[in-house]
Amino acid sequence: MPKIKLPTKSPHIDMTPMVDLFSVVLIFLMLTTTMRQPEPANVDTPFSISETPLPDFNTMTFLLSTDGKVFMNFDNGPDTLLKYRPKILAEMGKHYGIEFTDVELRNFERQKSSLGVPILQMKDFLNAKDNNARTSLQTGIPIDSTDNQLANWILYARKVNPNIKATIKGDSDTGFDVVEKVLDILQEKNVSRFNLITSLESTKINLEEIQQ
Amino acid sequence: MAEIIVEEKGGKKKAKKHAPHIDMTPMVDLMCLLIVFFMLTTAFSKAKVMEIILPEKIKDPANQQAPKILGSRTLNIILGPDNKVYTYPGSVKAEDLAAVPPNLPPLSETDFSAEGIRKVLLDKNRMLARKIAEFNRDVISGKIPISQDSAKNAISALKNDDDTGPIVLIKAYKKANYGNFVDILDEMNICGIASYMFTKIAWYEEKMVETAAGITPVATSSNNP
Repeated sequence: MPKIKLPTKSPHIDMTPMVDLFSVVLIFLMLTTTMRQPEPANVDTPFSISETPLPDFNTMTFLLSTDGKVFMNFDNGPDTLLKYRPKILAEMGKHYGIEFTDVELRNFERQKSSLGVPILQMKDFLNAKDNNARTSLQTGIPIDSTDNQLANWILYARKVNPNIKATIKGDSDTGFDVVEKVLDILQEKNVSRFNLITSLESTKINLEEIQQ
Repeated sequence: MAEIIVEEKGGKKKAKKHAPHIDMTPMVDLMCLLIVFFMLTTAFSKAKVMEIILPEKIKDPANQQAPKILGSRTLNIILGPDNKVYTYPGSVKAEDLAAVPPNLPPLSETDFSAEGIRKVLLDKNRMLARKIAEFNRDVISGKIPISQDSAKNAISALKNDDDTGPIVLIKAYKKANYGNFVDILDEMNICGIASYMFTKIAWYEEKMVETAAGITPVATSSNNP
């Protein structure tokens, strides 16, 4: 009986279906992705049953960190030509007597994460070379009654973009005193509708529970 | 995982019939990297928002009259320290406040669980909550053919017509946290409370929380007479 000769060639796996599958997943992820912006403070939002999605445009977001710092962010408007961000900064600069150059305004427009820089340090922040220098300047927007820069940010954001809506993003452990201060400032500026950013959690109460 | 090509020795080389083979392994490697990158940077679920409307600030308190609400329907909820919630019904009368020491109503303590504050609210809001729950059930089972938007409007109409449920006043003690605030507003939505609002805590309510939680007051409130 002749011996069966085994082939010496290493077993070969056809990778083509795997490539197909990966392509599909990759294309799906690329199309659905919205890049997550790195935030200056880590925030775990509380849960609620609300299902209204966060609007994409015309929002100003107040980020309240656990250590009581206040950060603010606003978008560029539904059309990039509107350039709300640099306009708001220019107005702020005018109020505090700071002249921002075109390069600085463009840098500010490109910054997508929330900012917590006092206005006097804004020039250093925009001209900073690397991220480390930038994060060290993020000390929170001053909200004291003597130097209430947050109120001015709100004022000019609403002046530039009248449709802007206030959104509050806080950590579950953020102290309520900070939240109350921010709400107070907003009310002072006649903003009384807020959106609170939450994560979805489903809770239902059933009929039997009520009828008992 | 490179493929080892073993050359066949000698013999005539037969023209192979099948298509030339391309090694896909590097492509798979690349795609793996890209997929991992996209998966880590993607924020899949969009953030949800909960809307809250605060009463407008009264700029001129002398000319304003406080809104009249029925004491019997009022429920005060005070967010306390350490995730505790305190409730008391009605309001404190002026003569009780003027007494020395002020004659304050007792607070009942509860928490954010389904057995805690939700039970208190549902007990008070039974009529309306049942109406809403029955309406929702009928919509789901198809008894009432209605679109989702109109269902929302119908529910808010039910809430507007309601005149039996509690009027909830939410107040926060200074040591409460933001999570408590969102939780209590969420509880309002879950229980279908028709009228609730968030107001500033009064000095005597701070005192009530401090006695109930056993805290010695650190600094006296500014509106303490």
